[in-house]
Amino acid sequence: MTRFKMIATAALGLSSALGAATAACAADVNIYTSRQPELIQPVLDAFTKDTGLTTATIFIDKGLEQRIAAEGTNSPADLIMTVDVGRLAAAKDAGVTQAVTGEAINENIPAEFQDADHQWFGLTARGRVVYASKDRVDTDALTYQDLASDEWKGRLCTRSGQHQYNIALIAAYIEHYGEDAAREWVTGLRDNLARRPEGGDRDQAKAIFAGECDIALGNTYYVGKMATNEKEPEQKDWANAIKVIMPTFDNGKTHVNISGVALAKNAPNRENAIKLMNFLSSDEAQKIYADLNYEYPLEPGIETSDLVAGFGELNPDDISLSDIASHREEASRIIDEVAYDSGPQS
Amino acid sequence: MSATSPLLKPDWRLFGRRSGRTAPTRWLALAIGIAALTVMPVVSLVVIALTGVSDNWAHLISTVLPESVRVTALLMIGVGLLSAVVGVVTAWLTASFDFPGRRFFAWALVLPLAVPTYIAAYCVTEFLHFAGPVQTTIRDVFGFATRRDYYFPEIRSLGGAILILSSVLYPYVFLTVRMVFVMQGRKAADVARTLGASPFGAFRRVLIPMARPAIAVGVALALMETVNDIGAVEFLGVRTLTFSVYSTWLNRGDLAGATQLALAMLVVIVCLVLVERWARRDQRYTIQRGDKPAEGHLRLSGWHAAGAVLACALPIAFGFGIPAIILGDYALKRLDQFSDPALWSALETTVIVASCAGLVTILAAFLMGYGVRITGSKKLLTLVRVGSLGYAVPGTVLAIGILIPLAAFDNALDAFLRAEFGVSTGLLLSGSGLAIVYACCVRFMAMGYGSMESGFAKLSPHLDHAARTLGKSPGQTLTAILLPLMRPALLTGFMLVFVDSAKELSATILLRPFGFETLATFVYASASRSAFEDSAVAALLIVLIGILPVLALTRSILAKAQ
Repeated sequence: MTRFKMIATAALGLSSALGAATAACAADVNIYTSRQPELIQPVLDAFTKDTGLTTATIFIDKGLEQRIAAEGTNSPADLIMTVDVGRLAAAKDAGVTQAVTGEAINENIPAEFQDADHQWFGLTARGRVVYASKDRVDTDALTYQDLASDEWKGRLCTRSGQHQYNIALIAAYIEHYGEDAAREWVTGLRDNLARRPEGGDRDQAKAIFAGECDIALGNTYYVGKMATNEKEPEQKDWANAIKVIMPTFDNGKTHVNISGVALAKNAPNRENAIKLMNFLSSDEAQKIYADLNYEYPLEPGIETSDLVAGFGELNPDDISLSDIASHREEASRIIDEVAYDSGPQS
Repeated sequence: MSATSPLLKPDWRLFGRRSGRTAPTRWLALAIGIAALTVMPVVSLVVIALTGVSDNWAHLISTVLPESVRVTALLMIGVGLLSAVVGVVTAWLTASFDFPGRRFFAWALVLPLAVPTYIAAYCVTEFLHFAGPVQTTIRDVFGFATRRDYYFPEIRSLGGAILILSSVLYPYVFLTVRMVFVMQGRKAADVARTLGASPFGAFRRVLIPMARPAIAVGVALALMETVNDIGAVEFLGVRTLTFSVYSTWLNRGDLAGATQLALAMLVVIVCLVLVERWARRDQRYTIQRGDKPAEGHLRLSGWHAAGAVLACALPIAFGFGIPAIILGDYALKRLDQFSDPALWSALETTVIVASCAGLVTILAAFLMGYGVRITGSKKLLTLVRVGSLGYAVPGTVLAIGILIPLAAFDNALDAFLRAEFGVSTGLLLSGSGLAIVYACCVRFMAMGYGSMESGFAKLSPHLDHAARTLGKSPGQTLTAILLPLMRPALLTGFMLVFVDSAKELSATILLRPFGFETLATFVYASASRSAFEDSAVAALLIVLIGILPVLALTRSILAKAQ
């Protein structure tokens, strides 16, 4: 009897303690983010210092849009921050964002990095570039089309084709050259693979270091992260084994993806949230925010850090990211159709 | 709860027919109420699947589906076989023989359970990859320069995934089977031996058939975790159906199609379980009361002893040793993180969540198990079993199934109270710690209820009758007779749910409120920017707090059993 009571009481007691302890501790601006909080916090701190407004974040990955949609009018979310244009577009498609017009952020961020309806805004850019072996690759210039040529047979490594960064790149390719050309291109990439797609972008650099492949697709900032990794100095060796080549489309420009922000549809603190959006697009914040992750600021005229400048000159593609995002479903299907993730066909 | 009052009237009969508003009816109502809560997420997924229109099936069938069905089937067969063999052999060795280190192995073999699959995948890959210690040594010794100079098996492969998943999932089989061998195996084996069977003959012809239900339960748990896993298989580049569930949902914006695919996988699991039950439909597994656990073990020596030690040491080394070494190595370079208050608060949250989830799940499972026992209701049993299926659903998909009804309830309550009383309750349940505890209960009910089911099965109905005859009220029967006897089952169930809740990631990350960090979310934040090593300290703590109940409870259970 007592034991049973004890278990029941303990269970209920602990649960209610938990409920009380976690009761919404919301702030002046509440952020649902799929960008890692530690890459946002310094810039949020600067915002709090400037304005006295407090912020709170939750890191949510898959299902961020579904959560806001399910929470409906009671959702505490003011801002949505993500690291991929596809996720921003998905939030817009799910109807959990609202337009922002006539604000500083509309002016500061170039049009191609904003949603056509101003439902989301890019904040920083990262190039999707080629990591190439310093020892085994002579060239310093490549087009995206080149990657599918026979020259690279058995020499290319990438992460899964279904990863959002590769999806966005293929979607950009579709926007440039059409779906059929993109399918042919992805087929060419697949035939050039040295191994089945696996791991993350860093693992591709590691594979070049290990001699498993000679070129790989990766985001620019990982190079900075590896080159400065004091805790795992072996990653400096990986970074040293590779050079960054900025591949281009026919327009001579390189595909970039963004980290960005959107105003939640039912934002309870709309005014404060817009203040933060404007702040994030300001000179001060752009500099901090980009440097935190070795990225490129989107507001024109802000300098990149020396390390990022060392990757070479990035000439970001100027086709609209909302157009790119509209092709992501086709891109995802192409990956399946050519069985990209099954690796080289032999 | 109401069990303290004499709920059951004197005319109450065990397994009796329902007669109006008698106690069994109330027990049934209570149990069905709890079961309904556990079933709700699966039901809401069914609703999502049925109400949405998916245009992805034709695409999937004509492209990746055949290959991912093949890969998933091979993965399940591989993990099922390997974890069954490792679990059964190690359970047999530690239960029947005496060899150096047997007592240590008896509990240490459970340790890999504390290692989340995604951490195991990462660590084993680190250990065996090109720049890892093993291959570096090979190159140094033989003077090779690059990866192309020698052959080394690729760990990021289907075979590697089978090995890695089995190495952390076999303890489910080990735990369930060992209990059977310890409690009942010795006597049966002795009989077989006197009839001329060798120890191995007795194992093969008597012990294994006897342990079959336990093996089925353990393997089912291992397979459910295999199909819900995304972290490990994605990292290892193994494209299972779960991978297609996520790419359909996230890259093609088709939640309905993703849910349909996840539920199709669930149906396959259910069929497997039913086929296995059907295959042994004519067999009876009874337990003789008064069986005493084995005393004294056959002593092994020489090669046999060495073989036994090796057979027990290998799974521990692989499933626990390698991850512990890799994490320990990273953690040593990051000792400063131990002074991070955020880490300790994440640890505290993890322990509270896991304890709550363990207690609530076991309480719910116990009440449902008792409801099934005294009413014999097939409907209730079906409901309970469907509720236990949550474990086989990919974590984030299940979390969506939890989120939607909770948020709908919150919003409805809020709207009602606003309209009637002008009070706003906002989001009461969703986005609170309670939602996460609930999510863990639903995800891990399979372990909780499985433990209760096998626990109740060992207790003869005569016990209940005897207690009733001696004038105990049914509530007293439950608490004074059954509860103490159920102690090993309760502890096992609690341990399994606690350990799994401490590792839980996908539901926590989707449902948590502001400022709510567990160790697993800590690890994920690093892993998601491919800097897993930065979270080694948190990962190590997950393993450590998983070990504590494993140690405390296996020792306490084994102490009773031996």
